[in-house]
Amino acid sequence: MGITIAILLGFICAMIQYYKVPILKRVVSVYIELSRNTPLLVQLFFIYYGLPKIGIQTNAEICGIAGLAFLGGSYMAEAFRSGLEAVDSIQTESALSLGMSNYQTMAYVVLPQAISVSIPAFMANIIFLMKETSVFSAISLMDLMFTAKDLIGLYYKTTESLFLLVVFYLIILLPISILGSLLERRLRHAGFGS
Amino acid sequence: MLDLGLEVLSKGNNMLRLLGGLWVALKISLLSVGISIALGILLGALMTWKNPVTKAILRVYLEFIRIMPQLVLLFLVYFGTTKAFGWDLTGEMAAIIVFVLWGTAEMSDLVRGALISIPRHQYESSEALGLTREQIYFYIIIPQALRRLIPLSINLITRMIKTTSLILMIGVVEILKVAQQIIEANRMSSPNAAFGIYLTVFILYFIACWPISMIAKHLERKWR
Amino acid sequence: MAEPILALKNVTKHFGENTVLDDIDLSVHQGEVIVIVGPSGCGKSTLLRCVNALEPIQGGEIYLNDEKIDIKSKKLANLRQKIGMVFQSYELFPHLTVLENIVLAPTKVQKRKKEEVQQEALALLGRVGLLGKEGSYARQLSGGQKQRVAIVRALCMHPEILLFDEVTAALDPEMVREVLDVMLNLAAQGRTMIIVTHEMQFAKAVADRIIFLDGGKVLEDTKPEVFFEAPKTERARQFLSMFEFNVVKSQVEKVSS
Repeated sequence: MGITIAILLGFICAMIQYYKVPILKRVVSVYIELSRNTPLLVQLFFIYYGLPKIGIQTNAEICGIAGLAFLGGSYMAEAFRSGLEAVDSIQTESALSLGMSNYQTMAYVVLPQAISVSIPAFMANIIFLMKETSVFSAISLMDLMFTAKDLIGLYYKTTESLFLLVVFYLIILLPISILGSLLERRLRHAGFGS
Repeated sequence: MLDLGLEVLSKGNNMLRLLGGLWVALKISLLSVGISIALGILLGALMTWKNPVTKAILRVYLEFIRIMPQLVLLFLVYFGTTKAFGWDLTGEMAAIIVFVLWGTAEMSDLVRGALISIPRHQYESSEALGLTREQIYFYIIIPQALRRLIPLSINLITRMIKTTSLILMIGVVEILKVAQQIIEANRMSSPNAAFGIYLTVFILYFIACWPISMIAKHLERKWR
Repeated sequence: MAEPILALKNVTKHFGENTVLDDIDLSVHQGEVIVIVGPSGCGKSTLLRCVNALEPIQGGEIYLNDEKIDIKSKKLANLRQKIGMVFQSYELFPHLTVLENIVLAPTKVQKRKKEEVQQEALALLGRVGLLGKEGSYARQLSGGQKQRVAIVRALCMHPEILLFDEVTAALDPEMVREVLDVMLNLAAQGRTMIIVTHEMQFAKAVADRIIFLDGGKVLEDTKPEVFFEAPKTERARQFLSMFEFNVVKSQVEKVSS
């Protein structure tokens, strides 16, 4: 959920930067710098404990989603942006010279290429965000980490619960990681270009 | 007027305490980065060797560390070692161990990437010029690899600093912990402290990381 | 004489301090083949890019059939459909097959029927000797093949005028011919074309008019026989002598004897 919003947010931000929308462009780059240069945990604490004090109510889940979207958005934006930059500007020109509108050029020519370029960075970001979810236990979200901590507290079976925790994470993350590197290899192999 | 709870900052030495917390975080990350870079360069160079056994071992190590969330690693080292070997590590010690393990893995991958990114014909053309093996590395390969490496390793530093926010979970008194303590202590007198204090922490982290990423970005652009 | 298809009036273009095109006047009539030659950096390619409004101009006007080409105009996409352009670096879309490359713009921009366009595309591919390649991707083709596809892609939009920007400059010598042959064919069909090229033999063979551009100015605008046999300006003579080797050779012989 948080990741989906992050992707959307990233996409919008990248588009704004690509088309150099006057004021929004500034806003986006401030946002990207802010979110990339502060830890997720601090962002979450601020959203969860800080915001309610000035009247913005959140619960753990919304807070988690918002935090993930806030952090992930900037990473996804960077991934998209580098993908867009990788498409040569003369490709755009040749599409324009065929009489395509700006929208058609983006939809049929630039985006398909940009997305395939940014897939590896994309996968890396998703893995990164999944890993960051472990941070959520800090704000009492029912997360794997949290359950594990509970179990340690309840039964003093540290080793077992830790082991389980590690196994769970591997189950979730390994397939994504493997898929990511496979995709990356395939793309590089079938690399576009002349 | 909305009470933002910022006045707590000026109370007593609260701001100083926060900065002290930040210093703990920075100290741990800088120490770990130093060790990681040294070990990472060594391992990274090893990874470009042809020996399949070393390659496989390093690969497994890298993938394992990369896939595990740092928080899990922190718990493993902090609680796990106590349980398994009866060691009694301080939180700071455990944090440094984890960050070194993680940093070394990341760094070695960066080094490997930088080394293999140098095209083959760079080696070949230097050989054709009659340079010796050492000369090729010293004059041709290492300068080029460094240019690719330095911005990436600077980025690693900011990632480390950001990750240090996790170590409050294993009981190290760093900036977030200090923030919590201050908020606790002032619960009665200024209930809105959470907003102001966490905002300050947020900004402090930004101030610590942002210049470093700017340097990395600048170098990357300059050396492209 | 009939009205020109394309007319440039006092066109001026700067890149910062540099004046790249300096007060260019040029008119192109139906069926004319114009070849623009000149030293590197003389503004040849920029001129073509300005005609297609890929670069803004700072002064003057460009008209296509009495319609002004303006980079801010809403009808720009409409005008560009009437101008086909082929680039030096082919610029096929790498994520599409040859056929998809050709069919994309006619179906999406002109909203023509897919079957009809596909048939036309296949017929045109046949004419340039590429039948059977319609399912390939750009990376599977040679440079010469890619460039021929790019030409077909431009033709399929039924443009009124074709612009060729050094289309053989990136090709291996043995592939240059196959692309030039396609262009000679188009000229023979009476297409209106503006060609920027460094192939002087080809220029001589294909051109109705040669434009010699230097320093952003039109120095000569004349028939090919005149330009190649008796250029009027010193600059043009110098330029043409760069393609001659007999002078150097005779000097070498002198030295060695």
